[in-house]
Amino acid sequence: MNWGSWSNFFTMGGRGFYVWGAYLITLACIIAELGMLARHKRTLRTRLTQMLRLSKQG
Amino acid sequence: MTINIFKFSSPATFYPLAGKLIPWFYGLAAILTVIGLYISFFVAPTDATQGEVYRIIFIHVPAAWMSMFIYLLMAGWAGLGLILNTRLSSMMAHALAPTGAMFTFVALITGAFWGKPAWGTWWDWDARMTSELILLFLYIGYMSLTAAIDDVRRADKAGAILALVGAVNVPIIYFSVKWWNTLHQGASVSLTRAPSMAETMLLGMLIMALAAWMYAIAAALSRVRLIMLEREKSSAWVQALLEQKP
Repeated sequence: MNWGSWSNFFTMGGRGFYVWGAYLITLACIIAELGMLARHKRTLRTRLTQMLRLSKQG
Repeated sequence: MTINIFKFSSPATFYPLAGKLIPWFYGLAAILTVIGLYISFFVAPTDATQGEVYRIIFIHVPAAWMSMFIYLLMAGWAGLGLILNTRLSSMMAHALAPTGAMFTFVALITGAFWGKPAWGTWWDWDARMTSELILLFLYIGYMSLTAAIDDVRRADKAGAILALVGAVNVPIIYFSVKWWNTLHQGASVSLTRAPSMAETMLLGMLIMALAAWMYAIAAALSRVRLIMLEREKSSAWVQALLEQKP
């Protein structure tokens, strides 16, 4: 596929809003899922290490 | 050489194995996405009837496939957990649900972004769209139900029954375009009309689907590790792990 120019590529034959909108929302969904996973990992690690420390003290 | 597969059904051995596999799956997902997107935008030609807007297909169709595959996988693991009472099976079911819900949401939203220019509407209560929306509710229902029950074993059982009953929706989604003649067409990009063109379109779609698979495996494995830590927090292997890497 030869687009000729970058502006042709971005406008997607006048349907740029729909094409790029769909791709951007998908990207946002993936970033959101990865972000939630990373946050979950952090909070769980902190909580479990704290529990371990407390149980040792007790 | 014999490999004891049952060894890996124990969280203590599965946890480090999954940890080693995850970067590979994320890596493969990234590489396949780059190749897939290149084919989708620079190799696949303009569609004769739809113009450029059809390029949404390269995420819409893989996401819709994933939403159904992951649901069946989730119901399968949940069912195994229900029958065999294996710890890891139920954890796998839990780990798959958010990723499946994410793909279902992506399938619906990209469908809306395609429906507007192609059909003139963001949404219609068409058979396929409605059954896909029900799939999203099934995922949300499964996650809410299992989160609402404090006793883990009871939560697993209740979730498994919901997941298994809901599995009947998957063939309904799949065959909806054949059973009901509503808005969503069977194939909006015809693969038979111009085979030479269609081949690159199909290739782009398949590579994107493969990328989605790799991503789903990586995300589900990452999540199942967290579920393992949470559920086995009082076991010796988790304690030892926390001592090592606090």
